[in-house]
Amino acid sequence: MRQLTYVRYEVLRTIRNRRFLIFSLIFPLILFYAIAGEHRHATTDGISFPLYFMAGMMTFGSMTAIVSSGGRIADERSIGWTRQLRITPLTTSTYFTAKLLTGYLMALFSIVILGLAGTTLGVRLDATEWLTMVGLMLAGLLPIAILGVMMGHLVKVDSLGPALGGITSLLSLLGGSFGPLANSGTLLTIVKFLPSYWIVQAGKSALGGGGWPAEGWIVIAVWTVVLVRATAVVYRRATARVR
Amino acid sequence: MRRVPGVSYGLDVTNTPESSRGIELRALSKSYGEVKAVRSIDLSIPRGETLALLGPNGAGKSTTIDMILGLTRPDSGTVSLFGSTPADAVDAGLVGGMLQAGSLLSYLSVRELVAMVASLYPHPLTVEEVLELTGISDLADRSTTKLSGGQSQRVRVAIALVADPELLVLDEPTAALDVEGRRDFWSSMRAVAASGKTIVFATHYLEEADAYADRIVLMARGRVVADGPPTEIKGKVGGRTIRATLPAVAVADVAALTGVAHVEQHGDTFTITCSDATSSDTALRALLSTYPGARDIEVRGAGLEEAFLNLTGDDTNESDHGAT
Repeated sequence: MRQLTYVRYEVLRTIRNRRFLIFSLIFPLILFYAIAGEHRHATTDGISFPLYFMAGMMTFGSMTAIVSSGGRIADERSIGWTRQLRITPLTTSTYFTAKLLTGYLMALFSIVILGLAGTTLGVRLDATEWLTMVGLMLAGLLPIAILGVMMGHLVKVDSLGPALGGITSLLSLLGGSFGPLANSGTLLTIVKFLPSYWIVQAGKSALGGGGWPAEGWIVIAVWTVVLVRATAVVYRRATARVR
Repeated sequence: MRRVPGVSYGLDVTNTPESSRGIELRALSKSYGEVKAVRSIDLSIPRGETLALLGPNGAGKSTTIDMILGLTRPDSGTVSLFGSTPADAVDAGLVGGMLQAGSLLSYLSVRELVAMVASLYPHPLTVEEVLELTGISDLADRSTTKLSGGQSQRVRVAIALVADPELLVLDEPTAALDVEGRRDFWSSMRAVAASGKTIVFATHYLEEADAYADRIVLMARGRVVADGPPTEIKGKVGGRTIRATLPAVAVADVAALTGVAHVEQHGDTFTITCSDATSSDTALRALLSTYPGARDIEVRGAGLEEAFLNLTGDDTNESDHGAT
């Protein structure tokens, strides 16, 4: 219960950050209308373009939203707030849970807004399909969320914004947020190793209430495990220096 | 995870000897590589006392404070806070700390920030109470990024106090403040001290330690070099230095003047050390009547650093150094 109050203020802080709102919500929304509006009746990757591009922008927006917790971690470390928290009863696991939860809430916010925008451009899914798509996206975002936490302990606050922006943009682009990078061949094989590919594919996979093939789950699981391990190492190194 | 919330760390009043119920540091030591920051400190602080850790930069004050708060693990020795370990005392909400440097979380009002921290504790004060106590009720709706230095220090005290702790630790709380900010800060702290809390603060201002502490512990190079009431400590470190240009005068003659404790000569410039204000007045009168040609006369309170050197008898070529 006490943690919920903490998360509530965490969310409040995030929403008040105008730059965050622009990049995770407004920017993908504008792109969606600008591009999908032009191609309402086109088809991409075997599905309607607005559905494909909605999923693409959801990927971009939600990834931007979820890695931003890394930015907040780096900021709190740089201003000495992390040290201040260490002399409160807040445990390290609650701290990270709050950060992940906040990141997920923001990501969900971005997904919902773009979902609503999608319906205005004729995206029609039934309830099961909507839920499946959102569920798959949230699962696919797990390694990205952990990546944010890791970067927050690895990169100085000054360079973290561009670093996170660069990584999410690149992952979005390669994953097919702005249109499929490849429909077959080696490039497709390569991008299938990226979690962002599977988040974008959540739109298509959800049609008819299906899900990812096993391949998708394995990619997400492997990234998650690897990043958790790496984050543990980075975290131990970063906190050893705080004396 | 080292912390186990919800477990009570009983302070068994009936079975605990009086001495272990305050704060006890026993043979506490900490080095950073070659640097011996704290060297075997012993300190007992009874409940309700306001204690100043006074010393120049590098004396080991911050390291000592970090060990009291459980932020730094000592190499050897123990810290006991009201009979508990620092970690347990922190979990029980017995400890409030204001650390050196650092700023406040942005995108929140003062009220929201204090409420956010309050939510972490089992039995916090209400936000209104703590804002009242620290004298910042009028700042409650102000954004944390729109505060003066003095105001944000008071918000940081509010954050340290919202747990309603038994022990309040302040690491150089006024280091970043101007004279006026410092005065405002301490006037708001009087109410806190009056509430019966144990307060430990680090400072390198003798005046501050003298004005606000019940007891001063003087640290230099990781050791406690003096420990006592402010009047006593002031006598020890309150020496004066007279500098004057005296052409063609012998050191021995100057040293023989009444009130003079020590003399150094650099060319025509003499640096005369006196043990306190009274003897420096006497020495200055003697100096002027004996050498009417004296010029460029300058009298000032000895810096803490010099005072410490006099006290400890250390000289600067000692191979090891302190840490902040």
